Amino acid sequence: MTMTLTPPETRERTAPSLRTRRLPKAAVGALHGLAVLLAVAWIVGPADARAGLLAVVLAGIVPLWSRIVEGRRKAKDRLVTLLVTTAFGIALIPLGSIVWTVLEKGVPVLSREFFTYSMRNVVGEGGGIHHAITGTLLITLGATVISVPIGLFTAIYVVEYGDGTRLAGALRFLVDVMTGIPSIVAGLFAYALFVVIFGDGVRMGIGGAVALSVLMVPVVVRSCEEMLKLVPTELREASYALGVPQWRTIVKVVLPTALAGIVTGVTLAIARVIGETAPLLVIAGATDSVNFNLFDGRMATLPVFTYTSIIQPGVPPEPAIARAWGAALVLLLIVMLLNLIARLVSHVFSPAGER
Amino acid sequence: MSTTTETETRAVVRPGDRVFRGISSISAIVIVSTLAGVAIFLTAEGVPGMTASADQVKSGETFLRYVTPLVFGTLWAAVIALAIATPVSIGVALFISHVAPRRLAQPIGYVIDLLAAVPSVVYGSWGILTLSSSIQPLYVWLERNLGFLPFFAGPASATGRTILTAAVVLAIMVLPIMTAICREIFLQTPRLHEEAALALGATRWEMITMAVLPYARSGIVSAAMLALGRALGETMAVAMVLSASGVISVNLISSTNPSTIAANIALSFPEASGLDVSVLIGTGLVLFAITFAVNVAARALVARHREFSGAN
Repeated sequence: MTMTLTPPETRERTAPSLRTRRLPKAAVGALHGLAVLLAVAWIVGPADARAGLLAVVLAGIVPLWSRIVEGRRKAKDRLVTLLVTTAFGIALIPLGSIVWTVLEKGVPVLSREFFTYSMRNVVGEGGGIHHAITGTLLITLGATVISVPIGLFTAIYVVEYGDGTRLAGALRFLVDVMTGIPSIVAGLFAYALFVVIFGDGVRMGIGGAVALSVLMVPVVVRSCEEMLKLVPTELREASYALGVPQWRTIVKVVLPTALAGIVTGVTLAIARVIGETAPLLVIAGATDSVNFNLFDGRMATLPVFTYTSIIQPGVPPEPAIARAWGAALVLLLIVMLLNLIARLVSHVFSPAGER
Repeated sequence: MSTTTETETRAVVRPGDRVFRGISSISAIVIVSTLAGVAIFLTAEGVPGMTASADQVKSGETFLRYVTPLVFGTLWAAVIALAIATPVSIGVALFISHVAPRRLAQPIGYVIDLLAAVPSVVYGSWGILTLSSSIQPLYVWLERNLGFLPFFAGPASATGRTILTAAVVLAIMVLPIMTAICREIFLQTPRLHEEAALALGATRWEMITMAVLPYARSGIVSAAMLALGRALGETMAVAMVLSASGVISVNLISSTNPSTIAANIALSFPEASGLDVSVLIGTGLVLFAITFAVNVAARALVARHREFSGAN
């Protein structure tokens, strides 16, 4: 019986040791908040480097304090959490800075003239990016027309016909490797190809489209393949059971089911290549005039226009650099818009349960 | 009777099927031949430049002497970029997968993905007109306080357009892809491993070192290699940011920097003609070989570990 009487005593003795000592939440929160505030003030502008230093010190106090109160393990945990969160903050700085810079310097340039004039016979101020927008849209359209059929049919081959065969396996690997082709190499490939046909020094819009296709096809194949794989086998088998041939099954059952995903994938692929500069610099070249013909002569594009305006601004340089920021803003807006469209399509058309 | 059964059991091949299958196979072959074509055409156009003697080209150097500093610059810039990007992207990926509140994790992932959507020319413009001038005081400080290291020997560049600035821009550009891959792998850690670690009294960091990181190690390595492949081939950011002078130097903050293959092509190609074009295409072939090797190694690594880790 004496044994049964002891537990209340032991519990009373062990209870405090079970609950470890902890830092007061409010104080930790206040220190972190103050540190973040100071760091933001330092990066955005009003405060100088001392504020940044103070932020580091304030944030560093917490792990040290925790070392004394909570012990080594807990302190290490707090330190790593702090570092990981800081890493995220560091990653946000360039994004914020880029978006802010492009908006700040690009928005004042936008005007009616900027969108409707080309740079033909323009010296100094004035002029616009009409020719570059035309070129970018035409070349990207050309690349899309080339890549989507090739990419889609390759995905169909890999998923529907060649599944499990050695060619399909090799194809997957090659497409993966193709994703890693540097964009400038794609441009050189297009140039080398066109030189064989048209002779030295060739510059053509369609060459840009070919170069962009080399970059775009692997992206299209990958996304289409993933989408086709998601189509349930039961749907195909139901169609076969009704006596529908395989190609009609693909056209009428598989593709419509996967359509939203395919559209999303293609839109993202377009967004990826529309901002490419290097291949177009090599094969499409730069010009000041509007060119509607993909098969004849140099073609200006938004990325190349931005690049040449900054690298060779002319005298005085200010108007050219201002136009470069305007073109960069337009380009950024187009890319963001394409990303938004892709997300909307995949969201709106996804099966209700998976939203 | 037996002949009719045979014809009945054999699957009927309709003309439509044959056509469709044909188109699909042709597309597949087009892709394979494009990849082969890249190598073939670059070789065909590049070999005259690679074998040209020193006095035939504008640079006045044999191909090997011309390309060596460029290869060094390419690898050097990519390695520095990776050294910056790897810890940050592992940190960001851990933040998204294990530290951030669950509800915020997806929007944060989107925000990081936005970085991948920014065109490279915008990175370049930002790098040359904003970043290089705001990072320049740091170089002066590095020269004054760490000048005894060969990397920071100085004299510090007055414009800030150094290889370190270019590497920082490259690091920002490869950050989203690395973060995305690492995040996927971290999220695939078996939930039971994590909970077992926590149940034994581990703190969150101890849980991460015991359960998450060992599981994700090969995936992190292949993510880093894919990012390396991207950093090696990135053109515009380096071409715009770097003020290059074709030297081999490990100095990170001076105004004499090695150029990279891709940036050199972008800068020289518009004005080049004749054999000089061939030389540039030859350097492009070298770049293609390097990135091809890195990518194949990365993919092989992913494939080898696919069965027992989430790295794919």
